[in-house]
Amino acid sequence: MFAHLNASQLQFLIDGALWTVVLSSIAMICGGMVGFVIALARVSPGAGLRRAAAVYIQVVQGTPLLVILFVTYFGLPTIGVTVSPLVSAGMSLTINVSAYLGEIWRGAIQSVPAPQWEAAECLALTRTQRMFRVVLPQAIRIATPPTVGFSVQVIKNTSLASVVGFVELARAGQIINNSIFQPFSVYLIIAAIYFCLCFPISRLSRRLERRRGFARALPELEVFAHE
Amino acid sequence: MNLDFSAVLPFWPDLAKGALLSLLLAVSATVLGFAIGTLCAVGRRSSYRPVSAVCGAYVEAIRNTPLLVQIFLVYFGLSSVGFRLSAVVVAILAMVINVGAYAAEIMRAGFDSIQPGQIEAAECLGLSRVQVYCHVILLPGLERVYPALTSQFVLMMLATSVCSQISTEELTAVANFVQSETYRPLETYLIVALMYVLLSLLMRIGFWGLGAWLFPRRRKLGTPC
Repeated sequence: MFAHLNASQLQFLIDGALWTVVLSSIAMICGGMVGFVIALARVSPGAGLRRAAAVYIQVVQGTPLLVILFVTYFGLPTIGVTVSPLVSAGMSLTINVSAYLGEIWRGAIQSVPAPQWEAAECLALTRTQRMFRVVLPQAIRIATPPTVGFSVQVIKNTSLASVVGFVELARAGQIINNSIFQPFSVYLIIAAIYFCLCFPISRLSRRLERRRGFARALPELEVFAHE
Repeated sequence: MNLDFSAVLPFWPDLAKGALLSLLLAVSATVLGFAIGTLCAVGRRSSYRPVSAVCGAYVEAIRNTPLLVQIFLVYFGLSSVGFRLSAVVVAILAMVINVGAYAAEIMRAGFDSIQPGQIEAAECLGLSRVQVYCHVILLPGLERVYPALTSQFVLMMLATSVCSQISTEELTAVANFVQSETYRPLETYLIVALMYVLLSLLMRIGFWGLGAWLFPRRRKLGTPC
């Protein structure tokens, strides 16, 4: 199958794969930072802030990433902000990722048992201290498996950046296909590279989840033992 | 910054047609994808090794590759071996293959949440394997994972926008056309984004109604603790 590709084309694909990794990292880091703020806003005591964050999540989760990409790439220049494909893709992915991570992390924060909050309050910790010293360290453990799982989603979503001309893996495949016209083998190779990027992370996420599931199952087992 | 939506508004029949096709893609992919996903989930639980291995490989292969690449594979791959299908058919085919794998994984979780005692009890009553699946596993399993499954289908509806890349005339493709006619990309895509939000709300309401009809006991959905 690789007989169709010469060495420089292969090199081009590998460069594309590297850009996919870079773009995914940008999206996870920037999206994570915004998403953290969103998650905090979702559990804040201020009703207005909570509602605004909820609306943001609803709207972004209800809009395809592709349309967000088009808004930033074609829409922003018309109001005088010119963006490169990398900036546009990074921005769109950040918006998309922040909404999903915000929701995932809100769930993690809220699934920390309420007595933890109350105990921290009894110790006269301020709200900020309660959040950062007591709740968040526990929430991080709950949030890790779904966050790792979501990063697979992010890697796959970076393929959409090809649409605005950013040369990552999918776009590199299109360009090579345009020159040698072997769509089946080229896209199979692309799919295989994506698989190699994503599969280990999927496995890791599932392993983390199972470990947590085991920890959770223990108290239930004890209940059965006592009956 | 001056937004002018009046240039875009005359194109509302095109946009409505695009939204309808998006919804059609989503509904057909939901129905067929659910069927394939359920079969695949049953296959993965099969004690016959090759069947469960094939189903597992299908799920992993699809879940770890992007939809865009899958659509290109189906579209260009099929045409390069001589099948000439319309873009809409290819879009539905690719969406079904894609969402089938996600539905399979969710349904499997639902099936696994049925306590073995229930299945053993059904076997003791002399039910066949098919009867056990139909009467004991399928509906209660579906009930447990119904929220996860429906949000997956809503996500898939949003993902139909990717089909615009193989010239399926759904909402995003129409938006591309409208913005090239009006030179108003920001307004066009904002309107289309709003339409997608409405479509996803519509789908959520539809699934909520379906859930209320399917599970009249109104138990709290989700896995019990």
